[in-house]
Amino acid sequence: MSEQLIVPTMAEMMAEGKQPEILFWVGSAGSYDDRAKKITKAFVKILNKANVNFAVLGTEESNTGDVAKRAGNEFLFQMQAVMNIEVLNAYEVKRIVTCDPHSFNCIKNEYPSLGGSYDVIHHTQYIKELMSSGRLTLEGNTYKGKRITFHDPCYLGRGNGVYDAPRDVLKKTNATLVEMKRHKGTALCCGAGGAQMFKDAEPGNKEINVLRTEDALETQPEIIATGCPYCNTMMTDGVKFKEKEADIKVMDIAELIADA
Amino acid sequence: MEYLPNIIFAILLIAGIGYFSSNVKKLIRNIKLGHKVDASDHKSERWKNVVNIALGQSKLVKRPVSGFLHAIVYVGFIIINIEVLEIIIDGLFGTHRIGQQVLPTSLYGFLIGSFEILAVLVLVSVTVFWIRRNVIKIKRFLSPEMKGWPKSDGNIILYFEVVLMCLFLVMNATDTIFQTAGSGNVISQFIAPWFEGFSEGTLHLIEKAAWWIHFVGILIFLNYLYFSKHLHILLAFPNVYYGKVEPKGKFNNLEAVTAEVKLMMDPDADPYAAPAETAEDEVPAKFGASDVMDLSQVQLLNAYTCTECGRCTSECPANLTGKKLSPRKIMMDTRDRLEEVGKNIDANNGEFKDDGKQLLGDYITNEELWACTTCNACVEACPVSIDPLSIIIEMRRYLVMEQSAAPMELNNMMTNIENNGAPWPYNQMDRLNWKDEK
Repeated sequence: MSEQLIVPTMAEMMAEGKQPEILFWVGSAGSYDDRAKKITKAFVKILNKANVNFAVLGTEESNTGDVAKRAGNEFLFQMQAVMNIEVLNAYEVKRIVTCDPHSFNCIKNEYPSLGGSYDVIHHTQYIKELMSSGRLTLEGNTYKGKRITFHDPCYLGRGNGVYDAPRDVLKKTNATLVEMKRHKGTALCCGAGGAQMFKDAEPGNKEINVLRTEDALETQPEIIATGCPYCNTMMTDGVKFKEKEADIKVMDIAELIADA
Repeated sequence: MEYLPNIIFAILLIAGIGYFSSNVKKLIRNIKLGHKVDASDHKSERWKNVVNIALGQSKLVKRPVSGFLHAIVYVGFIIINIEVLEIIIDGLFGTHRIGQQVLPTSLYGFLIGSFEILAVLVLVSVTVFWIRRNVIKIKRFLSPEMKGWPKSDGNIILYFEVVLMCLFLVMNATDTIFQTAGSGNVISQFIAPWFEGFSEGTLHLIEKAAWWIHFVGILIFLNYLYFSKHLHILLAFPNVYYGKVEPKGKFNNLEAVTAEVKLMMDPDADPYAAPAETAEDEVPAKFGASDVMDLSQVQLLNAYTCTECGRCTSECPANLTGKKLSPRKIMMDTRDRLEEVGKNIDANNGEFKDDGKQLLGDYITNEELWACTTCNACVEACPVSIDPLSIIIEMRRYLVMEQSAAPMELNNMMTNIENNGAPWPYNQMDRLNWKDEK
């Protein structure tokens, strides 16, 4: 990714008297986690390529509070939510896109009753939208015939019923989409949700991400596609645990499309 | 003395229904120990769920084998119960097969014939169920929470059904008038020969005995429900109605917290002001749940509705990887504790006396609660819209907000969010650095 990314902030936009068509909510993982930052950049590359008039909050963005809520800390969640809503409302944000299904679910479903109602979509939905409106076209055939299996993020799939958008986008790459036995409604969690990402697992006989990676390996994929930064980390670790990292890549759909 | 059987019948019927009603009242009282939930929204969607999920069993058939067998027993149960109507009329008025007398022969024959076929299908299904529970080692029936009473409960229900179906068939087979009429005895005609050598009197006696035991059996079964996981045959319907209609990922926002957060964020708030006087809430709100009274009425209804099928547990990522958490156990514990509280109230003239126990700790451990990934697999799997996840979250809320008892790593993560707006110890001002990093 040598080309310069264009990432306007809401503050800059406001200073110029402009309003973006969509706000890109980067999220904490997308901002700070080394692996997730690559996903963020890939998505910005797509936005730039499609000439989307977007903006980020930059240093004015704070954690959604989602993970605090799942951990049981409703106070912290609502403090974070109210702070973020104040910023979002001040900028009169209408539409939000994010690469993180947890932020997506939280802002979409849990912010409205606290005063923040926005049209929130997941980046796979937005990529699909850009493709169908003709703003984004895939140039090459990087993934033609490659076996790709998609791991449903819980808060995108079961949590909000979004199963088709990521698959529709993947199909556009001319890859061979193979489904795991457990997929869509019965997809197994990667093990990171509910604040598990930030703690050790309780005693058991296996790590959840290893079990899920085994599901994926059964499909003999060349690429495991994800749509969540946390799933990505878990599946990457799982593939390493299985010593398959030389053969199998774990990639976010944004990364796949940015390179296609 | 001519009316003695009618009187005995009426007494049994009244006693059976009476005891059942008193237990239903208790059940409603126990459910009302939870706090109220406003479910006046999404009416059409709720009814649609009742039709599809409860009546139509759309989630059950996702597992074809058990789903198909369940459908047979379910349809059999509902349809064969039309026969109970005839039994009650006959019993109260001393008639014999009133249906045969008032309905056209072909219709009556068709009805009883269908019941007989269903009875056989139910017998076959119930046998397969028994084999699945006791012979084939199906994992979800072998979990630790299924030892003892829950295992016996499952089997007792199956035995009940076998006995009731057999009595129904024997009753028909030994009814000489019914057999001679030859309409509707599709199955019982093959059982009738077993009784060939019997005198008319003995046959009549067997027929009457089967009829009475069948009737008493139904009453016992009805009253068994309250003590059994089998309550789902009644509660599945209201439970699905009150089930979650919003996206599964959406968790409720605690209103008590919202009020405090608003106060905290309000620049005009006077930090030294005396708390506003509200007559109703003298007791400060408790955050989260440590006992059944802290849960909602829907969550308590969920607990009574659970029939311990274990589809939730068999989909739970934590359980699949050997952790202690089992969503089914969360529901069973909630019901057990609720029953204990109910008995406590009964024993203390309608008032709950602190028994030094609670749902958290005495039934559900912290270890189970912290193993949950909140992935909603259990909620998705439940054939009757039970939500174990919501109980887990309420209890986590209590652990974190009332006891500060989160695992240390989570406390660190939350401190980070408080201080720098991210779960990791990074500077807020570095949030956009990714833009220029190579």
